[in-house]
Amino acid sequence: MNNTWESVIGLEVHVQLSTESKIFSNAPTKFGQTQNSQASLVDLGLPGVLPVLNEKTIEMAIKFGCAINANISSKAIFARKNYFYPDLPKGYQISQLDDPIVGKGKISIEIDNKEKFIGITRAHLEEDAGKSLHDKYENLSAIDLNRAGTPLLEIVSEPDLRSAKEAVAYLKKIHSIITFLEISDGNMSQGSMRCDANVSIRKYGDKEFGNRTELKNINSFRFIEKAIDYEIARQIEIVENGGSICQETRLYDANKNETRSMRSKEHANDYRYFPDPDLIPIIISKEKIQEIEKSLPELPEQKIVRFIKDYKISEYESKNLNASRELSNFFEKVAKKISSPDLAAKWILGDLMAILNKNNSEIQDSKISSDDMINLLCKIEEGSLSGPGAKKIIELCWSSSESIDVLIKKEGLDEVKGEDELLKIITRILEDNSKQLEQYLNGKDKLFGFFVGQVMKETQGSADPKLVNKLLSKKLKQ
Amino acid sequence: MEDLSKLSLVEQINGLKSKKFSSIELTEFYLKRIDQEKVLNSFISLNENALKEAKKSDEKIAKNKSSSLEGIPIAHKDIFCIKDQKTTCGSKMLENFISPYSSTVYEKLSSSGTVNLGKTNMDEFAMGSSNETSFFGSVLNPIDPERVPGGSSGGSATAVAANLCSFATGTDTGGSIRQPAAFCGITGIKPTYGRVSRWGMIAFASSLDQGGIFAKNALDAALALENIAGFDEKDSTSINKKVPPFFNQAKSKDEEHVVGIPKKIIEDIKDDNVKNNFFESLDILKKSGVKVKEIDLKNIQYSLPVYYVIAPAECSANLSRYDGVRFGHRCENPKDLDDLYERSRAEGFGEEVKKRILIGTYCLSAGYYDAYYLKAQKIRNLIKQSFMDAFKEVSSIMMPTCANVSFKLNSIQNPVEMYEQDIYTIPANLAGLPAISIPSGKINKLPLGIQFIGNYLEEGNLLNLSNKFQQNSNFHNE
Repeated sequence: MNNTWESVIGLEVHVQLSTESKIFSNAPTKFGQTQNSQASLVDLGLPGVLPVLNEKTIEMAIKFGCAINANISSKAIFARKNYFYPDLPKGYQISQLDDPIVGKGKISIEIDNKEKFIGITRAHLEEDAGKSLHDKYENLSAIDLNRAGTPLLEIVSEPDLRSAKEAVAYLKKIHSIITFLEISDGNMSQGSMRCDANVSIRKYGDKEFGNRTELKNINSFRFIEKAIDYEIARQIEIVENGGSICQETRLYDANKNETRSMRSKEHANDYRYFPDPDLIPIIISKEKIQEIEKSLPELPEQKIVRFIKDYKISEYESKNLNASRELSNFFEKVAKKISSPDLAAKWILGDLMAILNKNNSEIQDSKISSDDMINLLCKIEEGSLSGPGAKKIIELCWSSSESIDVLIKKEGLDEVKGEDELLKIITRILEDNSKQLEQYLNGKDKLFGFFVGQVMKETQGSADPKLVNKLLSKKLKQ
Repeated sequence: MEDLSKLSLVEQINGLKSKKFSSIELTEFYLKRIDQEKVLNSFISLNENALKEAKKSDEKIAKNKSSSLEGIPIAHKDIFCIKDQKTTCGSKMLENFISPYSSTVYEKLSSSGTVNLGKTNMDEFAMGSSNETSFFGSVLNPIDPERVPGGSSGGSATAVAANLCSFATGTDTGGSIRQPAAFCGITGIKPTYGRVSRWGMIAFASSLDQGGIFAKNALDAALALENIAGFDEKDSTSINKKVPPFFNQAKSKDEEHVVGIPKKIIEDIKDDNVKNNFFESLDILKKSGVKVKEIDLKNIQYSLPVYYVIAPAECSANLSRYDGVRFGHRCENPKDLDDLYERSRAEGFGEEVKKRILIGTYCLSAGYYDAYYLKAQKIRNLIKQSFMDAFKEVSSIMMPTCANVSFKLNSIQNPVEMYEQDIYTIPANLAGLPAISIPSGKINKLPLGIQFIGNYLEEGNLLNLSNKFQQNSNFHNE
């Protein structure tokens, strides 16, 4: 974008851990419930209540640490981070400052076919705050504390990222790690993964960092890229016009595609961290870490290699299929049930992804199940359903509640014509289009496609195009 | 009928069991006493259902289904949450707070069969040594109504001393059970930190707060303590150790004692009456065959300043939840969020509470944390270590409970002079050790107390030593 300025980016990613209950109370963590129905006495911060740690969160944090080869602290201490906000019931957030559970580690990303390592400074556990709702009542704000106390793993990167693109690649990598580890559903639209970005610019070759701004709470891959790009451009413009960057927190407005100032550093909070006396330090034994390390599920990098080997698919396909755990599992389920797994790769990455993208859906919300896919691909393999037919069914299936088999029957796609029947159709079509036939025989080869099209039209797509081609050219040579 | 006011807890239990009197009669007796002694201002609220509870107990006794303390009328410091009852913590902030849940201490005593007479007066949020900081007015010392009962659990201490209940609960953060027990001439025990659950006990300084008992004598205290102690999974700092039979331990002839005398502390006692009383008390112990040994408690002189960093620091965070948003006092017509916070807290908290929140906030602020909070924690560890060293040689440590007898209401205006009230009691809180105060004589009709500090979980040993003292003296019956 600019040859003078290098952008320096560090990300803080907040990942909601998918525990049944909250990090310090036994209230459930379900998303989308009636306001304040998931808030216990502890989540409400009533006088006299006390936090009790959900040990599952420790295991999940260790899993993440092991997956990125980070140091796991032998002792984890929770601290109080003090600030007033209406959706923060206790007036402090229980978080970690010293002795975070996960220490230094690194994550590899791929940028322009090159591998790059991004340093992880730390990852620590903390509780989420509630939500303030400002548009529900006129002149009043409402508070929903359902989210208060949901466990978060905050993953802090080194300022190793150099572009918005790298930031997105890094985020996608984090997303795949946490979903493969099954420690989070990674659902960005529900806020299961949120991101703050620290952005600064400096001249290429400079060792010192420039003043940075912090972009708050960006919750989609698309927005993070836009927000960072906008912010870099904004900073360059200021500096090139002789100005300087004010160290501040800025909010990204997705509607206007701009960032605007939230608070400057002068107004920044002094969080007055101190160890939470209600929680005793958590001692983590080497044995426990080893045990968790042994039980780690297969990670994307390992899976990519295995898929290439086991299913004879391309590296490109394998990487794409391993973009998320759900997709990878979906593929493997299908691939195991059909005789040519590469067919599964092509259909899943092709037509299935297309319809998911069109409907803004993730694979886990797919209306075409892995069983449907197996059904379709088996029919293609045995020749009882044509490619175009399958394509049609995938589209129909998305908006219909009926089963694949019923849809195929309804559309008449099951009556795939045998050779004899097809030959009859071909003969009839050639007779009905004698003019074109004559032209073809006189050298107008292009008309071959016309005949194929007519046959496909006649059979409503139920014919196998390969077979039609074969039979047609045989007939025309006669 | 017997003179119910003269009976010990054990005698009351036996009287109820043998049906010499009923729980209703005993409850009516205390309710009448409370009414007669209204001027003491011992109670903030009375339990409307006391007689109903007594009736239930009588029915259980009739069916031989009584629990260990069936039908015994008691009082609770108004810091313990009781479901559907007002829990004020002595503050305007919680003047109308009706708790939706009950503290573990209340639950335990309730299931032991006690009858709750009401909630006792206290210094606001347990911050004070004279009960003069209560929003509900000062409590008068029943021995001399011109004098204070001590604090913060002044209401509970006077309720026991003036025969308004059989025994009472209290909490002790820096001496809030022992000092008022000494001023009112009764027995008060603060167990080991973690022995009694803090669930539902409104927090002042979480790492120091501990629930305990006021009673007429050591045996009564032992029996009552047995019924509130024990592991609670709702409190992470609760100790997972079986509670020994304190009452039997207190009576046992097998307990061995080597009482440590911290030479320097005793030499430095300023008040001659207090010093003489200490040595007279020591003589009583010696005569009953207890061994005595001089010890050195290093760094103990720093207890007061260390306490006045740690306790306010913790309270500054603990009291942040009183923000006018969800419960407690809320100012009228706030013009914005800051106004809501500022006025709700300015109006809801009294002077002493505000002072301590400010001190604590300051100690935790950026740039001061290391110099104050961190340093205080280091010295706290050194003090703990001094006690651990001492307990290698002795089974308990004896010192005065207070530097003086009860003082006149409004006579201490200098806050530091007031803070110095707790000079002998604070060390046990800093180290988390169990400690007891028992009456040891009078100066001009005003009671004095001596204090025994025990090793971790050695409440039984302290109660045994106290019982031994009380068997060889009569101060507790005067």
